[in-house]
Amino acid sequence: MTTANSSLRSRSRYVAYLVPVAAVVVALLIGAIMLLLLDASPIEGFREMIKGAFGSADALTSTALKATPLLFVGVGITIAFRANVINIGGEGQMVAGGLLGTTVALVLPDWPAVIMLPAVLIAGMVGGAIWGAIPGALKAYYGVNEILSTIMLNVVAVQLMNYLLRGPLIDPGEIERGTRIPQTERLQEGADLPLLFGSGRLHIGPFIAVAVAVAAYILLWRTPIGYRVRAVGQSTDAAQYAGIPVKRTIVLAMTLAGAMGGLAGAVLVFGSESHRMVTDGSTAGFTGSAGFNGIVAALFGGLHPLWTIPASFLFGGLLVGGNALQRAVQVPTPLVLALNGIVVVFVVATDRYRRLLRERASQAETAAQLASQAESNDDGAGEAAGGGVPPPIPPPPGSPPPKDEATP
Amino acid sequence: MAETPMLEMRGITKRFPGVLANDNVDFDVFAGEVHTLLGENGAGKSTLMKILYGMYQADEGEILLNGESVDIPSPTVAIEHNIGMIHQHFMLVDTLTVAENVALGLPSSRGFLTDLDVVSEHIVELGEQYGLEIDPAAEVWQLAVGQKQRVEIIKALYREARLLILDEPTAVLTPQEVDQLFDTLRQLTADGRGLIFISHKLHEVLALSNRITVLRQGRVTGNTTTEGATRHSLAEMMVGREVKLAPDKPEVETGGAALQIRDLEVIGDRGNVMVDGLDLDVHAGEILGIAGVSGNGQRELAETIGGLRQSNRGSITIAGVDTTNKPPIEMRHAGLAYVPEGRMKNGSIGAFTVSENLLLIDHADDQFLSRGLYDFGAIREHCQALVEEFAVKTPTLETPVKSLSGGNIQKLILARELSGTPQVLIASQPTRGVDIGAAEYIHKRLVEQREEGTAILVISEDLDEVFALSDRIAVIYEGQIMGVVDPADATREQLGLMMAGIRPESVAD
Repeated sequence: MTTANSSLRSRSRYVAYLVPVAAVVVALLIGAIMLLLLDASPIEGFREMIKGAFGSADALTSTALKATPLLFVGVGITIAFRANVINIGGEGQMVAGGLLGTTVALVLPDWPAVIMLPAVLIAGMVGGAIWGAIPGALKAYYGVNEILSTIMLNVVAVQLMNYLLRGPLIDPGEIERGTRIPQTERLQEGADLPLLFGSGRLHIGPFIAVAVAVAAYILLWRTPIGYRVRAVGQSTDAAQYAGIPVKRTIVLAMTLAGAMGGLAGAVLVFGSESHRMVTDGSTAGFTGSAGFNGIVAALFGGLHPLWTIPASFLFGGLLVGGNALQRAVQVPTPLVLALNGIVVVFVVATDRYRRLLRERASQAETAAQLASQAESNDDGAGEAAGGGVPPPIPPPPGSPPPKDEATP
Repeated sequence: MAETPMLEMRGITKRFPGVLANDNVDFDVFAGEVHTLLGENGAGKSTLMKILYGMYQADEGEILLNGESVDIPSPTVAIEHNIGMIHQHFMLVDTLTVAENVALGLPSSRGFLTDLDVVSEHIVELGEQYGLEIDPAAEVWQLAVGQKQRVEIIKALYREARLLILDEPTAVLTPQEVDQLFDTLRQLTADGRGLIFISHKLHEVLALSNRITVLRQGRVTGNTTTEGATRHSLAEMMVGREVKLAPDKPEVETGGAALQIRDLEVIGDRGNVMVDGLDLDVHAGEILGIAGVSGNGQRELAETIGGLRQSNRGSITIAGVDTTNKPPIEMRHAGLAYVPEGRMKNGSIGAFTVSENLLLIDHADDQFLSRGLYDFGAIREHCQALVEEFAVKTPTLETPVKSLSGGNIQKLILARELSGTPQVLIASQPTRGVDIGAAEYIHKRLVEQREEGTAILVISEDLDEVFALSDRIAVIYEGQIMGVVDPADATREQLGLMMAGIRPESVAD
């Protein structure tokens, strides 16, 4: 049966896998043209880019660290999008998580790391969870558009950060010296993310992120809670019919998504080299725009937590490599930003096409499978539905829940 | 008939990705006849008609009108060739008047100015000629369903249609309205028009047609004159094997009232009262059929019993438990099973797999969990058994449900709903849009469930179905029960009057 199935796999299915890859390639080709216009060699540029992202242990460390917040946020986005909630609030949730984690680290006494570290990370999750639950509840109970409310809360979060880091949470030393840099004092060492492999930079953050992605996969596909989240995302009508509390599930999905963002923020603070929370007045100054780039990583990963792992790593590599490219061929920094932007636009824009292809593939495959069964199936219908063991990783299923489109 | 047919479609073939929708189909219509196109959903009727009306292009084959080969690239060209189509779903603008709707898209005889008075005059003339009386100044939203259909027919006649395609025109009509429609259609053929009638209601097909062509899986599988056909022979041609149109129903001892509805009032989506002080009892071991014209509160009634809608007043009791306005989960616990009207809207999740859909209600049941995580072994065993028992045709348990046929999705829903031991089963439009084979099977299962002692409420707009299944028939009109009758004594005409709002007491007089 399994072999029959695989031979019946429709071509659309493979094309669907290639779409996001092709989108990145085309975006990079456009980048190549921009480089040529600036009299820089695209070949050299891209070689430096790949080297800078993946070419050495140090490069890989940079990429992994860059990918970590993307992965946290991407996993959160996946959970929210699966519930059909478009969470654009990753930035704000990161800030909220960073702030609450930092506050707890400042308030708690000097405990050993075994207690301290989980405490501050959980505080980070709680901060983000609150920042996610608010728009979730507004959407579920009052019908407030979550795209608007999450974006607004990003703005609120950054102002809150600026206020707290300039006032209540500021390093007393900054006031004494009169420099007044908006940052906290060096947070206590028990809250530092432990470093690995004797490296000066690589901490356990990336590994926590991968573990969280696996946990999210298990949650979504192996538990009743995940079932409810996905059912609500696909059809609130059917979920209601099934007795699933639709509103509570929407709030839950946004709370979990926010918690992921909060964890990303906490890991940024406690994994930072200065071990403080600092603001330059903007959200991106703290998050590195991971709250937005995580959305792209999630889409690139087909809204599947496990596929989001490599997607985040690749996208992190693109960001790190972009800087290497800029340094190597001496092009202005805006070019690198533009290049990233183009990749984002292409991946997001082709997402719908990819979904369409998958839809088509599954229709055609079912028809072909039924036909081949009808031919070979005179010996009882018993085998009819005998699909093999469910694959450990379902291929990245449909992205933002397509509303049932009338099939012609 | 030696004369040239007004329409001849020769060797029409149309392919869609993965589907051969029409396979070398021949079809013709002579002036003055009704030629019925009969077949199940997906048999290729609509495709063939859309090709004729210029909405699709055939991959192979040709169309001849009055002996001349023509090319019909768009509906506009079809209309120029005097082809008219009465769609199942009316194509009318609700806020415009009848005359405005009829004139819509046509050039005015006065250039930039409208000529609605001329149009109105012509509408009245056509109405008198064909029994299609209608006020040209009435706004469409004020009209009853049957009247809207008249407007559609007038629209086609106004455009001088000689060949009319009627796509399931009786679906929304009461039996009396159907009779009226048929009178009009007979006059149209008497005037030398040709009609193509699309339907799956066999007795109507036999009553109206001169000839019948049956399609199955895109191919012509039968071609007969009405004299040579019976309901059974037609059903056989549609399905390709012998079918039972009515299930065998052994006698069953009925028990107490498992479903009790008292003085129920439900407000509809538009804020008007859709269920109006309704009382109803359904006893263990009986099938109570609710007959009525679509839109008389059936949907709201079912949704309220199933917990999808709140009632305003009154009570619902399931197996002795008051479930009025409780969340759906409590109704389930009380012993309710519910096959909802919207197969894809409520009843299943298209993107979910067969297994996931079979678990829709019981997704948190302990038997499918081990230490809080899904036990895929237990799930597969459970789902495999249901799929086999209910003969759901699916390649694998991991197939997304939306790629299955309507009949198989409906069987899947039924499998899920009957997998417990329901005290009360609500089956809303259980076989609408389902192929005959699946419908036959679903009927059989419903009757078996009745033998198990379940109280079953069947809500259907298909009178044949209501007659075939019910032990008692309740007729609903404007949210009220007009009366409850025994199907053995009742006639189609009696039910028709009740469906139009006339209570049996006044019928007797």
